[in-house]
Amino acid sequence: MNPVDPERLRVRELGATQLLRGAEIEGRTQPAHLEGEELERHVEERVMTTTLDKAVAWARSNSFFPATFGLACCAIEMITIVASRVDIARFGYEAFRASPRQADLIILSGRVSIKMAPIIRRLYDQMLEPKWAISMGACCSSMGVFNNYALVPADKFMPIDVHVPGCPPRPEALMHGVLKLRKMVQDDPDSSWRERYGAVGTEEALPGA
Amino acid sequence: MPDATGLELIGQELGSAVLDTVFFRERATLVIEPDSVRDVLAHLRGEGYAFMASLHGVDYYPEEPRLGVVYELLDMARVDRISVKLRVHSQAPEVDSAMPDRPGDRGWPTAVHQEREVYDMFGVVFRGHPDLRRILMPEDYEGYPQRRDFPLGGEPVTFTYNDPKRPPATA
Amino acid sequence: MSPVEHETSAQSEKLSEYRRREQSITLSEVDRPGGPPDAAGDGEPGETRQELLTLNFGPHHPATHGVLRLLVTLQGEVVRDIKPIIGYVHTGIEKTAEDKSYWKVIPVIERMDYLAYYFNAMAFCGAVETLVEVEVPKRAQYLRVINLELNRIASHLFWLATSALDLGAISMFWYCLRERELIVDLFEMSSGQRMHTRYFQVGGVIEDVPRGYAEKLRSFLKLMPGRVDQYRALLNGNEIVLARLRGTGRLDAESLLALGVTGPLLRAAGNPWDLRKAQPYCSYGDFDFRIPIGTVGDNYDRLVVRLAEMDESVKIIGQALEGLPEGPYMTSDRKVALPPRHELATSMEALIHHFKLVTEGFRVPPGEAYYPVESPRGELGCWVRSDGSAKPARVHMRDPSFVNLQAFSQMAEGGYIADMIATLAMLDPILGGIDR
Repeated sequence: MNPVDPERLRVRELGATQLLRGAEIEGRTQPAHLEGEELERHVEERVMTTTLDKAVAWARSNSFFPATFGLACCAIEMITIVASRVDIARFGYEAFRASPRQADLIILSGRVSIKMAPIIRRLYDQMLEPKWAISMGACCSSMGVFNNYALVPADKFMPIDVHVPGCPPRPEALMHGVLKLRKMVQDDPDSSWRERYGAVGTEEALPGA
Repeated sequence: MPDATGLELIGQELGSAVLDTVFFRERATLVIEPDSVRDVLAHLRGEGYAFMASLHGVDYYPEEPRLGVVYELLDMARVDRISVKLRVHSQAPEVDSAMPDRPGDRGWPTAVHQEREVYDMFGVVFRGHPDLRRILMPEDYEGYPQRRDFPLGGEPVTFTYNDPKRPPATA
Repeated sequence: MSPVEHETSAQSEKLSEYRRREQSITLSEVDRPGGPPDAAGDGEPGETRQELLTLNFGPHHPATHGVLRLLVTLQGEVVRDIKPIIGYVHTGIEKTAEDKSYWKVIPVIERMDYLAYYFNAMAFCGAVETLVEVEVPKRAQYLRVINLELNRIASHLFWLATSALDLGAISMFWYCLRERELIVDLFEMSSGQRMHTRYFQVGGVIEDVPRGYAEKLRSFLKLMPGRVDQYRALLNGNEIVLARLRGTGRLDAESLLALGVTGPLLRAAGNPWDLRKAQPYCSYGDFDFRIPIGTVGDNYDRLVVRLAEMDESVKIIGQALEGLPEGPYMTSDRKVALPPRHELATSMEALIHHFKLVTEGFRVPPGEAYYPVESPRGELGCWVRSDGSAKPARVHMRDPSFVNLQAFSQMAEGGYIADMIATLAMLDPILGGIDR
């Protein structure tokens, strides 16, 4: 609902004992000494879920499948990131997939024009959850060099997780952006727009369906 | 480029179609009547200018006639360039298309996309063009973006003094 | 969700024909009645119909170079008609350029043909220099030539990388991009940016080259011809690449000229038209180089011509580097170029010029000029109209890819889909230039 409270973030750092004591249960001011049934249920809910969540987030963050989606000049630097100097395969993201159904990371590289915006939105909707979007370059993050009638900033029509500034950003800068996304997915997946807006995801709205 | 005298000679040959000849910075331009564009292009092709390098539009707002179309011709054999310019009123922006073949005069196939672009950006209608649709903007877009009185558009840049989300400074 | 759905179904009647067409699924069948006559052998014309399939190679497709949309009409696997639809990366560059002072237009106009960024700047600076009638010093011209040819090599390398990727020869991708990194390092050394360097300014170049640039450039020039030979060996020895490229996408020089095509496409068809030799600009006449041309005009010739052009560019750069004259790198006309910073402390006029140039920009006398250069894709021209103020009244870039795309349907018709992909790769379209 609101930007994540630092207090809630610290919840995850609590040691096992405090977890077991139920210190973070809402509304309680004193640690509750749970016993028996309650304690078991509490342990199941908290500890197992947290560890499983962490494992899944670790796996997801280390195997993004970017979509081959290049628009303009930033696409050149995005293609350079696949080449050997700044090797995106070091991190495991070399499997670029052309079909949006098989990709989970869309890197909007380049300027988004009026004609292209609904198409990008449709592609993003066709991607399956969980999915992330990186807005690469100044033109899609803000209007960039061209503040005119023909461009749409990406935030206006789709939710973006990481903005990478630059015109075009160096391949190292884009790599930094991807790694920031990785850190975000690994450590703190709930700090994205989904948690903030209470949204589940986006889906493709088929015409007449 | 044809030098100044060469340009004048071409202008005389074309007669009443030519409204003006301009020789500026070693570049030759013929300003012609809009209705005689095909005849002028055919004549220049006969002179050797058989390659149309560029076809583009200009907006001379606020002077009327406002919309101009410029044809850049190139003579590859003699390495010569000449520009042909015509101006149409914005109330009646119609020009014969350079693309279709006519009896006795081959068309200029290179004009297909370029005339569509001039139509899209300036609103000049090319009579006889096989497929005059918008090419760069979405097809149902309203307005002609590169006219001078069309606003530039874009997003307003938010600074601290006009940021709607920022709470107003107190005291 | 549902209120939105109701709205769209109710609104679909009000949608224009164009929008309704865009909403439909991407496959559509157009049937042509009247198949082969008398197929049933009963004296009546046959009922079998030929089906032409209209397929949408959408703007998002692994094979289109950039966001190009093709409506391809197929009969089986044979291409019958291609309609390219563009405009998906239209940025309004020309309109934006009208709003900025002349030197601020350079970064905007550079982003048009985004692989040949120096050429965009060269065309614009050339047009403005014609209007302002300012003389570009010799050293600046040679530096411009060095950077232009380096950009040509980089553009051809990137083209080779992505085209070979389309054809399936994926190794070329890694090797070509490795060389491109060397070139882009050189750009970074001289101007601070890898791409879109705003290195060319009206009247010269923005900065002189740093120490160490000449050595690094020389080592690159020593390395490059060997690498081009390696690429040739890789591709010429590959049966599949040869079979896909030889004889496909052929178009003769006459039709190309009628369609306005220039550049390596025209040279592959046998016409040796190159603006560097025909209308030398920027001291190209001082250098000794050859123009590679092809014989047949098919895709293989285009590949060979571009590879040979890389070799020739290396020669030009070597000559320019050896002959680099001493002197200023920017014109000394203070009305156009910024004065050197040390003068600002001592001279009042320098300060005033600096102030006027930075705030308002230089004024250009009214007039119109068209300046063509030979970019890696063909004739790139810039038409500037000035009305006496500090901002251009109209900047039009004649982009080679925009005009070359018109030849695509004639090149690919009658061939297979796979040949169409190869032809598209060899056509080298850059959508930034096409859509501007």
